[in-house]
Amino acid sequence: MNPGTPSSSSSFQASLPHAPWAAAELSRIPYWLYTDQAVFAREMERIFCGRSWAYVGLAVEIPQAGDYLTTTVGNRPIIVCRNRDGELRAFANHCAHRGVKFCRQRSGKATRFTCPYHQWTYDLNGDLKGVPFRAGVKGQGGMPEDFDLSQHGLTPLKVAEHHGVLFASFDLSIEPFLDYLGDTNRYYFERVFDGRELRVIGYSRQLIPGNWKLMFENIKDPYHASLLHVFLVTFGLFRADQESQVKMDDTGRHGLLISRRGTQQATEHTKDIANLRADFTLRDARLLDPVKEFKDSATVVMQTIWPNLIVQQQSNTIAMRQIQPRGPDAFELSWTFFGYEDDDEAMRTRRLRQANLMSASGLVSGDDSEVIKLAQDGLKPYPEREAVLEMGGRGTHDEEHMVTETAIRAFYKYYREVMEL
Amino acid sequence: MAFDPVLYRELDDLNARYGEALDDGPLEDWPELFTEQCLYLIIPRENEERGLLLAIMRCESRDMLKDRVTAVRETMMYEPRYLRHHITNARILTQAGDTMSAVANFTVIEVLPEELPRILITGRYRDQLRREADGAWRFVERRCVYDSTLVPNSIIYPV
Repeated sequence: MNPGTPSSSSSFQASLPHAPWAAAELSRIPYWLYTDQAVFAREMERIFCGRSWAYVGLAVEIPQAGDYLTTTVGNRPIIVCRNRDGELRAFANHCAHRGVKFCRQRSGKATRFTCPYHQWTYDLNGDLKGVPFRAGVKGQGGMPEDFDLSQHGLTPLKVAEHHGVLFASFDLSIEPFLDYLGDTNRYYFERVFDGRELRVIGYSRQLIPGNWKLMFENIKDPYHASLLHVFLVTFGLFRADQESQVKMDDTGRHGLLISRRGTQQATEHTKDIANLRADFTLRDARLLDPVKEFKDSATVVMQTIWPNLIVQQQSNTIAMRQIQPRGPDAFELSWTFFGYEDDDEAMRTRRLRQANLMSASGLVSGDDSEVIKLAQDGLKPYPEREAVLEMGGRGTHDEEHMVTETAIRAFYKYYREVMEL
Repeated sequence: MAFDPVLYRELDDLNARYGEALDDGPLEDWPELFTEQCLYLIIPRENEERGLLLAIMRCESRDMLKDRVTAVRETMMYEPRYLRHHITNARILTQAGDTMSAVANFTVIEVLPEELPRILITGRYRDQLRREADGAWRFVERRCVYDSTLVPNSIIYPV
């Protein structure tokens, strides 16, 4: 695979029983892209298991030698652990013998991994160390003389850690993580991950009945945020009339929506926002008691990092949202909420309260998971039709406002390169 | 320890009215089943067992419960749905005067417009209750600890 190659109408596309997607077209997205099984299989191979750094966890979740967690990259189960020397390792949760997903815990501590089926045993580097009855029993059976344990380890992934965040790649020749992230995205990444020790405050996981790309599109789409979300627009947490930016990296694969909090008031610029309720008030205002905690003036930065991560900083709710596809029609959205080890009690409580806006029952994010299902339900019967993405023009440039779909178009620019589609 | 059977009837009645408020409405009855200062949490079992405090729904007063009701009524966008609570195995753990702690299992079936009924969520209520001046037991705290890690799409209504 070579993501640098300009996209062209490929033999892959010719093999699909669908209306063609015109070369270089980014303001139209065919709906078969969200439902086709062959497209999904190619996404798993080229995007998730190809040349990409997938988010897999936080270093603080596995602080010591022997600590491990299980997750997926795309739809493939993996294990991330620290070996005896405390070094990070990642490998497929997929026994080299018969393919069994041998580790069944979400996290834990281990000195080795043993498959329950035939007890093949691996060390914390993923190397095969033991095969029962290898020499046979009573001189009978056993593995051939030339069976080489070193050739049957667990499929390894390359691991990168940056300021406490863990990424993994099935492509062992991938560039270093910071080169992959790019300077602009690095700046905003390090705004949240500034080297302070993180503290996980909990998880929320939901199975959303829609294509995984709809989740990325949602977070790259400031146009909807200013219209759909009553809570955001009413309380000025994210609204089209506020000072905002949309930024990408050079490839278009990563994106940033950056904005600043405004006030609860209607102006001439908000007349199209039917959902702005100037008279709506909370009975218990503690729910929304945001305080400034980052060095710049932005109060919300939503960062999308190819291929599976959303870094959410909305007021004082900070979370990783990990996208784990389950097929063309569903994905798991796995949230890890965190704060900092040096948060005071008031900040810890504030983060717990603000999580009401963003989770599987979020006052804001609930709108998104619901609308993603409606999108999948609506587009699925129409594979021959296409979405229209012309808000803010047809280009893929950075913008200084929210009335644009540029980040979605930029995402598909890179997507088409990687998929050769 | 044996408890007064009347207490059990009162607890069962409270749980029945709780389910009714959420399933058949009016939703505005739901906050009234809590004391003014109260705590309501929907928390994944994986968080509860690890001592992680994050709840996916967290209300720290009756007013915050009312704000949730307003959100469900007026601000959130979601597919219309029916819920059906099944609350069983209610058991009193401790009781002294006007305070009581109790547990119960819950399973909530959700029905979306064009789909078959499905289990939305199942788990255990962990409750602290108080009998107030009007003679009614109310929840001082209700922790809804659900067993699955995943929830099917979104939890819109309280459970």
